[in-house]
Amino acid sequence: MFTQITLLGRWGIDTLQELGRAGVLLFRVLFRFPNLKKGFPLTLQQIYAEGVLSLLIIVVSGLFIGMVVALQGYHTLEKFGAAQQLGPLVALSVTRELGPVVTALLFAGRAGSAVAAEIGLMKATEQLSSMEMMAVDPMHRVIAPRMWGGFFSMPMLTIIFNAVAIYGAYLIGVKWLGLDGGAFWSNMRDSVDFHLDVMNGVIKSVVFGFVVIWISVFQGYSAPPTSAGIAGATTRTVVYSSLAVLGLDFILTAMMIGDW
Amino acid sequence: MLSQRTIESFVGLFLLMTIIALSVLAFKVSGLTSFFQPIGYNVSAEFDEIGQLKVRSPVKIGGVVVGEVSSISLDPVSFKAIVKMHIDSNYKEIPNDSSAGILTAGLLGDNYIAINPMYSQSFLKNGDTLTDTHSAMILEKLIGQMIYKLENGGKNSDKSDKGDADSSHSKDINHEKN
Repeated sequence: MFTQITLLGRWGIDTLQELGRAGVLLFRVLFRFPNLKKGFPLTLQQIYAEGVLSLLIIVVSGLFIGMVVALQGYHTLEKFGAAQQLGPLVALSVTRELGPVVTALLFAGRAGSAVAAEIGLMKATEQLSSMEMMAVDPMHRVIAPRMWGGFFSMPMLTIIFNAVAIYGAYLIGVKWLGLDGGAFWSNMRDSVDFHLDVMNGVIKSVVFGFVVIWISVFQGYSAPPTSAGIAGATTRTVVYSSLAVLGLDFILTAMMIGDW
Repeated sequence: MLSQRTIESFVGLFLLMTIIALSVLAFKVSGLTSFFQPIGYNVSAEFDEIGQLKVRSPVKIGGVVVGEVSSISLDPVSFKAIVKMHIDSNYKEIPNDSSAGILTAGLLGDNYIAINPMYSQSFLKNGDTLTDTHSAMILEKLIGQMIYKLENGGKNSDKSDKGDADSSHSKDINHEKN
């Protein structure tokens, strides 16, 4: 009994400590004098690694998600004779929810785990320590570019996902199921608002991108320098990021619908 | 490892794709118009009751959209709703004695402002006010009035009314079957 209370207390202290370390890491990345001349090319490399290389999976899943939402929506809407409302249905569900959330989950799986494993391995093979020996700040050289790269990549990926998913819905709704193309687009334009729907989705994706890349970088940076440690760090990155994205999505939606 | 130049061009391509996707979302999907407000002029009107009219609701003449509602406010003295409309400059020659009414698109649709042109030879200018206005019809109020009338007056004619309604209903059904 007594040992269990001790364990619980230790677990609480460990969790708090980890949160604190994550906060310190974030602070050290954000509040330091930026070196644009050196940092910019490094950030571009990371946008390439985290954004451009994730593009394929984002485009393919966007296309299929748009297509499947259109197919499901059509068969339900048709029962009520409202198949013309397919455009708004797909556009609203994709721009508000599916786009940011699915992109963030894929991003955590594709880019987040890679970042965590890379930083973890750099730490395990003492590349970070040797950088410090050469008076190169690893925060400067390794951590910050990865963080900024993820922060910029995620909203861009979400916007591309949204457009591709709506195009997929157009393929299914208009080209395959034979809805009227003009009605599809004009009904969509009538009910989708740029600021309320599209921009709120993009704001969500900015928040998700920030959280996912923060978790990835921190998990990599704090991983025990063993092969099991790196494996654990990648797993935790994906699990924590997905949970954080889904939880935050609920909070953000409540905030946006409730006009906070 | 790719050279920095290749990486930069890939990232540039990525950015370009994002911009294209964003403009598709803005103009094709959400019909964004408020970035560049179309050139036109502003007209205001006072209503007793505007119902569910919102900012960006359409302004129509004969069903054709000629502008949109740009702001809604309340006159602190007369307690009337002041609706400001932005009308496209293509429609310059709207007579200034026209009337404005708030109608509903379909039974449960959104409200819009319909302008009925009259015959004056002088036209609406920027800052003009439409004085002849018709308020929005509130469905609940109408139902309330109807129930009130049915309870107070139409007790004798009630049965015949119902009969009529039934027969017309069955006619409709027959019609559909044919």
